[in-house]
Amino acid sequence: MSNPASTTHTPGVLPTGTEVLIEAVGLRKTFGDFVAVDGIDVQVHRGEAFGFLGPNGAGKSSTMRMIGCVSPVSGGSLRILGMDPALDGARIRARLGVVPQQDSLDGELTVRDNLYVYGRYFGIPRAECRRMATELLEFANLTDRADSLVDPLSGGMKRRLTIARALINSPEILLLDEPTTGLDPQARHVLWDRLFRLKRSGVTLVLTTHYMDEAEQLCDRLVVMDKGRIAAEGSPRSLIEQWSTREVLELRFDEDDLSPHARRVEGIGERVEVLPDRLLLYVDDGEAAGRAVHERGVRPLSSLVRRSTLEDVFLRLTGRSLVD
Amino acid sequence: MDPTLVAVRERPRPPLRVLEYFLVLLRRTFRGTIFTGFLSPLLYLVALGYGLGSLVDRGQGLDGVPYVQFIAPGILVATAMQIGVFDASYPVLGAIRWDRQYHAMLATPVGVRDVVTGHIAGITLRSLLSAVVFLVVAYALRAVPSWTGVLSLVAVLLVTVAYATPMFAIAARAQTDVSFTLVFRLGVIPMFLFSGTFFPVSQLPTAIQPIAYVIPLWHGSSLARDATLGTLSWGMDLLHVGYLLLWCVLGGWLATRTLRRRMVV
Repeated sequence: MSNPASTTHTPGVLPTGTEVLIEAVGLRKTFGDFVAVDGIDVQVHRGEAFGFLGPNGAGKSSTMRMIGCVSPVSGGSLRILGMDPALDGARIRARLGVVPQQDSLDGELTVRDNLYVYGRYFGIPRAECRRMATELLEFANLTDRADSLVDPLSGGMKRRLTIARALINSPEILLLDEPTTGLDPQARHVLWDRLFRLKRSGVTLVLTTHYMDEAEQLCDRLVVMDKGRIAAEGSPRSLIEQWSTREVLELRFDEDDLSPHARRVEGIGERVEVLPDRLLLYVDDGEAAGRAVHERGVRPLSSLVRRSTLEDVFLRLTGRSLVD
Repeated sequence: MDPTLVAVRERPRPPLRVLEYFLVLLRRTFRGTIFTGFLSPLLYLVALGYGLGSLVDRGQGLDGVPYVQFIAPGILVATAMQIGVFDASYPVLGAIRWDRQYHAMLATPVGVRDVVTGHIAGITLRSLLSAVVFLVVAYALRAVPSWTGVLSLVAVLLVTVAYATPMFAIAARAQTDVSFTLVFRLGVIPMFLFSGTFFPVSQLPTAIQPIAYVIPLWHGSSLARDATLGTLSWGMDLLHVGYLLLWCVLGGWLATRTLRRRMVV
């Protein structure tokens, strides 16, 4: 299909990485005494896929709602597309696409009418809305469900429809808050495929996730958030290089207290993390580390060598897992 | 953005866009809406107007007005009140909490005030639609003797908005729908019974008559009755319009303020 977002960009626009679309400086969000976002600095450039990675309650959604111009800024400054959300909220929203964490589709309308009605909120002419709806149904792989009501659709279909709906105004920035939470693995992959296509076509993606594989798959650059603050920033690869080792040796034990084992393998790698059911050894060469463990007489139930992931980065930065 | 695309874009008129959503919804439920919107008042009209009315008219009557002609405008505006209150209760809370349509709207250039204006306009349109059908039938049944009866639609419009907007504010504050039943039982039903729908307020004990004069529905039924009986008078009826307008403005302000507090956090 022709790309729904292709009309977004004027020819001769600055290449990726130069034009700043979103800039937050010392951005804060408070609810009474509770500090949800505690002074974050973020820059998102045109054409990139930018992620907020962090556990539930890290302040990701509050940040997204401020960027979406539906939640007022409590402190610091925020500029989106060169404008101030407090003054130009409606003008900014006209150029954003929003995929909220919780679906806000209209169950009583058909799939096609959901797109049509949403397009009209942007003041897009009726004929244009109908044309876009047809095109986006194709993109979301929902053409054969066009005239069915939304309620009976599967979770994955609803998510795809929500993304399609967010594209009806050919947005320059697509905001995705936990786009694949609650979906089965196959539905997630279908969704990722669609997001890849959008990214290739030049749409700037900003997403939050607590899935490290999603962040690694989709993001060019991301910030790791924890308790309202940014713990680290970089590309997935650079974050792993900076905060973890090349490989991780996982040792499983069938025991309650793993600390004695942890002491015995100390020094084999850069560091050891003790999880409830296993030890993680951060090493450059997993095979060699495995042999060293064996030489020290440690006999795990099973062992496994894998590459470092963002999960390891998060564990290193915060001492906790992303998904508990 | 392609400049030609910008050129084709209409100037955004957000409240109309929101109204359009409710029209799409109305189109889907058109038959049911019309049916419930005018059938139940028609049943009242037939049962009370002709059934009970045959007894009433045997007595001294109501200043020579047949009973069916007395209650037709009363039922007309009481229905407007019910539609106003009901459509601004569950649907509003649903658009905030369950289906979350308001969240979808507010992610677009549509603002809080547009949401309120558009939704209230949608409710009013549905109310007027039912009222028109009811009026036509009532006219055919000779329950509306005067051509000025068309003007009773003004009362329908004002009563719908005067009731829908405060209810909107209540619904926009509500966490659950339990309070709605209370509003219906302690608010809507007493007003339905004691605001000049079925009998003149002058029949009430003098001590409680002033209460009726505060109730917007009484002003609505008085205005509608003057229209359908052809007894409109500038002074009194403008007062009714003014009082109802006051509720519309106050309710609209309250609804917008409450929704903003709920949604913009």
